[in-house]
Amino acid sequence: MNFGFSEEQDTIRETLARMLGDHATLEVAHNRLDSGEGFDTATWSALAEGGWLGLAMSEEEGGSGMGAVELAILAEEIGRCLAAVPFIPVLCMAVPALQSAGTDDQRKSLLPGIAEGRTIIATALAEGGGLAPDTVSAKVTRDRLSGQKTPVTFGAEATHALVAATDEEGTPRLYLADLSASGVTTRALDPVDRTRPAAEIVFDNTPVELLPGSDPAAIKRLLDGAAVLAAFEQIGLAERVLALTTAYARERHAFGRPIGGFQAVKHRLADMFAKIELARSNAFFGAWALASGDNRLPEAAAVARLTALDAVQFATEESIQLHGGVGFTWAANPHLFLRRGWQLKAELGPTAIWRERLLGHLADAPRTAS
Amino acid sequence: MDFSDSPEEAAFRAKAREWLDANATLRDGSEKVQDHFMARDADEVARARDWQARKAEAGWAGLTWPRAFGGRGATPIEQVIWNQEEGRYAVPPNAFLIGIGLVGPTVMIHGTEDQKTAILPRALTGENIWCQLFSEPAAGSDLAGIRTRARRDGNDWVISGQKVWTSGAHYSSHGILLARTDPSVPKHKGMTMFLVDMSDPAIETRPIRQISGGASFNEVFIDDLRVPDSARLGGESEGWKVALTTLMNERFSISVGRASGGARAEELIDLAARVERNGRPAIEDGEARARIADFIARQRGLEFTSYRVMTSLSRGEAPGEEGSIGKLLLGKLRQEMGAFGMELAGTAAGVSTAAGDDTARWRNEYLTAPGNRVAGGSDEIQRTIIGERILGLPPEIRVDKNVPFSEL
Repeated sequence: MNFGFSEEQDTIRETLARMLGDHATLEVAHNRLDSGEGFDTATWSALAEGGWLGLAMSEEEGGSGMGAVELAILAEEIGRCLAAVPFIPVLCMAVPALQSAGTDDQRKSLLPGIAEGRTIIATALAEGGGLAPDTVSAKVTRDRLSGQKTPVTFGAEATHALVAATDEEGTPRLYLADLSASGVTTRALDPVDRTRPAAEIVFDNTPVELLPGSDPAAIKRLLDGAAVLAAFEQIGLAERVLALTTAYARERHAFGRPIGGFQAVKHRLADMFAKIELARSNAFFGAWALASGDNRLPEAAAVARLTALDAVQFATEESIQLHGGVGFTWAANPHLFLRRGWQLKAELGPTAIWRERLLGHLADAPRTAS
Repeated sequence: MDFSDSPEEAAFRAKAREWLDANATLRDGSEKVQDHFMARDADEVARARDWQARKAEAGWAGLTWPRAFGGRGATPIEQVIWNQEEGRYAVPPNAFLIGIGLVGPTVMIHGTEDQKTAILPRALTGENIWCQLFSEPAAGSDLAGIRTRARRDGNDWVISGQKVWTSGAHYSSHGILLARTDPSVPKHKGMTMFLVDMSDPAIETRPIRQISGGASFNEVFIDDLRVPDSARLGGESEGWKVALTTLMNERFSISVGRASGGARAEELIDLAARVERNGRPAIEDGEARARIADFIARQRGLEFTSYRVMTSLSRGEAPGEEGSIGKLLLGKLRQEMGAFGMELAGTAAGVSTAAGDDTARWRNEYLTAPGNRVAGGSDEIQRTIIGERILGLPPEIRVDKNVPFSEL
């Protein structure tokens, strides 16, 4: 058993942290929030130039052949700096979907573009407040897709979409849609975090291509993997918010001393730390399960997501509280993290969905079987 | 990152299993509810001693102790593997955690050669059982405030005072005792550590009954106990340094222990499937499902946290920041799970109908959990430690830090 990172992995983290720190600063995040500019193309290009977008692709596919643990490191560093990039949809959903369920032709035509940062594949799995494969009303008939998907993160910025729709037999499958094709109408929405743009996409008889290996179980597996990696992005975010709140508590004086010296503040920060570390432990197990193909992935993903959601919500809300009146202002940093935290929560579904996934796996399936 | 056994670990596990199969029987679920954290009575102590002696003879005692001291030189992860495997068998409760986990490592670092020879082998075989005479009525979280006095008398020391919350003192043969030897200096500076014989008539032990009904810990009264200077562990006035070694090992023992054992949140799934709530199986009730899912997520997190600690230790690193959260989160989780397990009985919450039934088990979990939240550093102290040592927040105002103890 070895539950830590290797030296090479630590080096990867340092390199990424430096590179992302140069591009995605909190000042950039504030400017983007003010201007409503979404996608941070400069950071995405920098990631492409550094070869990071091909991290988990094989060398044949145009990548560097690393795995889930390295992706997790990238996720955490992206979360830490609030980079406004489509990491989860493109690298954690589309790439593994193509790798596990796509055809050779699909992989050949799309993966190199992804690695170079040209091809952005949004994930259109949500509709009606639910998530595929449980909630799917979009339909494909004779390779033509009709239906509405919302919200689709980076939907207006993407070149393609990975869409969940039912096939002619009513089974939820995954399809690739070129968003420049006919019958695609995209409308920008107003997300809680404007630096992570969301759109509604209406497909009307749009030509699509099936990912032949996709079925409901495959969709669930993809979501599990994405949830593990998203947990790392959430942990990076929560850890940064803890760091900046701790720094504030050390500087801000009241009653003649730094407020971080008062137990009401100190203990709250300790609780943030504890929730973050608990989430990290679960995320580690998730990363291992994902990397090794262990059959406990569904359970690992659910517990990683549940504890990460809890850590983010607690850390971001209490960060605003501990900043006092300043924390309630637009110009201060804490709400940037609160907003991103909500967006990350929405994209793969909130607590209620993952509690059910966990119990469905641990309680209901064994009961039905017996 | 690898969660599976390495080839060496798998071989260790197989060996452990082979020995356990030949020497113990697997649990069958009929075991008694444990409302105590160590051995309960003379009979259990005798069985525990016998089991320990057999383990020692076969090389399964003091796993992480160096070979030079009779241990196996095993890694912390191998210790966890052993605990996981041993936990599957119906074996007596462990009465030797303090001797092997706390006192042994402290003696290895601070003891004289004579002390090592006299103490270590007997702690390993279970011949001697050790208790930790640290806390006092006026010094728990603030351990450095102890008042038990040790005065020099020629070549001897004479010790008087009172200790409390001393787990296992009632069946221990020996104790590691922290006493004040110099009240004229600030409180952390004037203490010295001693190794004492609990059978001395100058020591009186009175068990304290806990809210769970069991009596695992004690008050210990010490009235003019005379010990030779050779009973001193470490230098005069260096007791705090020695105590920190003991406390560090205590945290390590707790981390290892946590990775193996305790009530599982999944047991609540089984229970909820068997009882009704609002007219249908409780496992179909939304609130019950939400609570159970969250318990499982938290419990998994704690389990994996202890694996992270083991990984650091096995790499020869100090346990990282993650180690401090386990103790803080475990007690509260057990308390909440216990309460929920009781609540599942509805209007019969907390009412046990047969010894060892579900309610009895969860009630016991609920009533023993408060001990976890206080013992080995209360939740409040843990939060302060995290805040100050990990997050670097300003320390508490300590009005007594630089004042001679005698002037406090």
